[in-house]
Amino acid sequence: MSPNYKKVRVKLMTERNKSGPKSGFSRRDFLRGSGAVAAAAALHAQTATAVADDPASKVVSGLTDLELNVNGKVHKVKVEPRTTLLEVLRYQLDLTGAKPVSMDGSSGASTVILDGKPVMASTTLAITCKGKEVETVESLSGDAVPAAFVTHDAEQCGFCTPGFVVAVRAFLNKNPQATEEQIRAGLNGNICRCGTYANVIQAAVAVVKGG
Amino acid sequence: MATYSWPARDKSSVIGKSHDRLDGPEKSTGAAKYTYDINLKNQLIARGLGCPHGHCKIKSIDTKAAEKVPGVVNVLVLDHAKPGSEIQWEGELLAVVAAESEGAAAEGVSKVKVEYELLDVFVTDEDLAAAEAAGRTGKGGGKVVTVNEPGEADDEDEFAENEINRLLKESKHVVEGYYGIDVITHCCLEPHGSTVEWKGNSLTAHLSTQNVSGTDDQFARDLGITADDVEVHCDYIGGGFGSKFAPDYWSIAAAKIAKATGRPVKLMLTRDQELKNGGNRPSGYIQVKLGADENGVVTVWDSTHWGTQGSTAGGVAHGVIPYVLTPPNYRRVQTTIKTNAGPARAWRAPNHPQACAMSQTAYDDLARVMGADSFDIFMKNIHTAQGAKPEVYAEEMKVGAKLIGWKEKWHPHGKGPAQGSVVEGLGMALHTWGGTANQSSCHLKVYPDGSVESFCGTQDLGTGTRTVCAIVLAETFGLTIDDVKVNIGSSKMPNSGASGGSTTVGAVSESHRRAGQDALEKILALVATKLEVEPSSLEAAGGRVQVQGNPDKGLSWKAACTLIGLKPLEVTSNYNRGDASTLSSSGVGGVQMAHVAVDKETGVVKMKKFVAVQDMGLIINPKAAESQIYGAVIMGIAYSLFEQRIMDPKTGAFINAELADYKLTRLGDIGEIVVELYEPESERQRGVIGLGEPPVISPGAAISNAVCNALGVRVPVLPLTPQRVLESLQKAGRA
Repeated sequence: MSPNYKKVRVKLMTERNKSGPKSGFSRRDFLRGSGAVAAAAALHAQTATAVADDPASKVVSGLTDLELNVNGKVHKVKVEPRTTLLEVLRYQLDLTGAKPVSMDGSSGASTVILDGKPVMASTTLAITCKGKEVETVESLSGDAVPAAFVTHDAEQCGFCTPGFVVAVRAFLNKNPQATEEQIRAGLNGNICRCGTYANVIQAAVAVVKGG
Repeated sequence: MATYSWPARDKSSVIGKSHDRLDGPEKSTGAAKYTYDINLKNQLIARGLGCPHGHCKIKSIDTKAAEKVPGVVNVLVLDHAKPGSEIQWEGELLAVVAAESEGAAAEGVSKVKVEYELLDVFVTDEDLAAAEAAGRTGKGGGKVVTVNEPGEADDEDEFAENEINRLLKESKHVVEGYYGIDVITHCCLEPHGSTVEWKGNSLTAHLSTQNVSGTDDQFARDLGITADDVEVHCDYIGGGFGSKFAPDYWSIAAAKIAKATGRPVKLMLTRDQELKNGGNRPSGYIQVKLGADENGVVTVWDSTHWGTQGSTAGGVAHGVIPYVLTPPNYRRVQTTIKTNAGPARAWRAPNHPQACAMSQTAYDDLARVMGADSFDIFMKNIHTAQGAKPEVYAEEMKVGAKLIGWKEKWHPHGKGPAQGSVVEGLGMALHTWGGTANQSSCHLKVYPDGSVESFCGTQDLGTGTRTVCAIVLAETFGLTIDDVKVNIGSSKMPNSGASGGSTTVGAVSESHRRAGQDALEKILALVATKLEVEPSSLEAAGGRVQVQGNPDKGLSWKAACTLIGLKPLEVTSNYNRGDASTLSSSGVGGVQMAHVAVDKETGVVKMKKFVAVQDMGLIINPKAAESQIYGAVIMGIAYSLFEQRIMDPKTGAFINAELADYKLTRLGDIGEIVVELYEPESERQRGVIGLGEPPVISPGAAISNAVCNALGVRVPVLPLTPQRVLESLQKAGRA
């Protein structure tokens, strides 16, 4: 993939992310000037886009303290402007359920719920999560979805499973009476290489039927 | 010593029943810790620099600027990337940067300065003439078999040429076909890599591997230490599919950096590095001439095929062509092609999916040219089937035909009703695999309080290995799977072979059943003395050790285990690969059928229904077996319709090495999948046989044949992308 193509795509994904709910905190203020930091291409582009949008933003760079609300608890973490939510979850909070499979978000393996909506933690900058509620797969241990994944054997190697579980949970929150047809149409953001889709469909259908 | 055997079907209370996998809750709640998830105190994050050119020489490599990046702690230039070295593919790692964070490591990688001298690139493996012109081809071997043998005075090659040509000329029906299947990658969702830590001179390597017991000595060899100073640990692996048998040079580099810095190091490949370096499946393209008699029985096969496994000579081994259906006369010739692409690794059922897609498509084309029913043509040739018994394939074909509604839905190729621009079709294929049990040792402890614990240096690739171990032990002791604690995933546990080639279910069934029966024999002897009965009159069933047929005369399992004494009863039992055994065997057959819909205007192929009928000897856990077949079929749909490595012919760049571009099956693409576990008593009695590979073999041919049946036109090369479907229709004047 050419760097330019990558940038264009990342920009598209960024736009998609941006359509999520806004908090009172301005990401742009926080990001201003940090475009000079050489980060992974994806985040670099995301940052540059944000900066270009608002000439009045202020400079933030280097390590910054941040309070993150994850699974109902406020955590104090240290982030750089380029640090993704996924990195914070995995390296600072040891919440390793969300997985780094594709940093462009195309696998769905890093799906978490941010203010009620599913997002890819791999394409979400940690600093944009200030004041928002993050729910990870670890918060779903008593939920019907992971239980149905076990009963219907919707997991083989299991590396995609946490992301899939969160995606199914978010989908069924929005569509509690989803039909099998809707499930087949609505859960195409997650990749499973072992091929557990047939079982995932059964699991999701069972959750709907079970209440 | 006990005589090892399985209980009869009606005497099995745990084996053959469906069980949830033991590690299911850990996996579905994110609690399972994979290699990538293991964070050690004070660890560094390392990242590799991939070569940006398809073929080049390293002129110089300068790490100074990278070392100055804040957060970067160590930069290592790999031995194969020192100045003067030739690099054969885009993405090969050249240097590794270890830093305090992922961001710093990535920034460090971007600051490594390399000067390259560009060399000629060749990546167009389908183009045999171009490969020859570029001097990239080699002889891959071949074989000729003819019913008539050459005379003493005959030149063998000349005789074969004349004989094959004569047979083709005398054939009532001749098919001349071209078929192929592109390179695909393993694309493990957890990339290759490790988290490594030294304690003095001892290395602990958390390695994403399907070879726990066999990688400690590989680390030791490459690091100049001894294997007893290495522990390889892997509780969970995020996909392997045949690509994770070794530490690989990047994990050795991580260990070297860990040694140099005195800190643990985590190095996982990035997604594009994984697709470029982490393994791929060789391509195969074939020209076939096939001759059949008036009944459609194939009498002669003549083929030449080519393909690539990367920068070394190889491709699809000719030994499995023609595939399963093997006429009495055949000639096959293989040509290898070297390309500037990452090295192939064993991909689930090495050689078989390609061979099936390059062979059974020709048999289906025979049905097409004859205007015959493909099912009948396969059945008429089933007596020539190899691998499994012809009657197994024949029975499975009948089962499959019923499940997919073959008779009701079949129409001659290209002659089905159209709904607007959409036409439907049926296709089938059959496959075989060995699945011999690998070597495996199990150490078993039965404690005086009745608890049971096993240790085995195997791994759970996602196939449910832990659960298999527990089922076998629970069955042996008359317990439930929750009564048994299974320990796997460390090279410090008793040796157990790599999980490759469908060898693990047989391996761990062998070792755990043997250990279980060896331990039980001792416990029965103790109980027999206590009850004053013959040990042979006793059984362990339903949580009791009791006289067979007289459950009142016996002890609870717990009471029986108190007879062991103060210390646990320990046994270690081993199975060596290849030893004759009543517990396991090899050689399975499977049949698959596909029902597709093809839109002639857009070229899009959609799966409507897929039926997989599979023999695997004795089935330990039907639930996991079914899942594995579902998965194999879904993987098969990926390489049949979506998945391909796309290389830029000019630069040699692997241009779709990200998951947004490397198309895999998604949940909405699978249609209805029906799995039938074929386990008649005749096959069950053979014991346990591996299942991982076989069901992934047939989808390519079955789906290609279904598309051909729908269109009346062969789309020769997999994956059957919309572009290829439209091109084939256009070429045939059917667009």
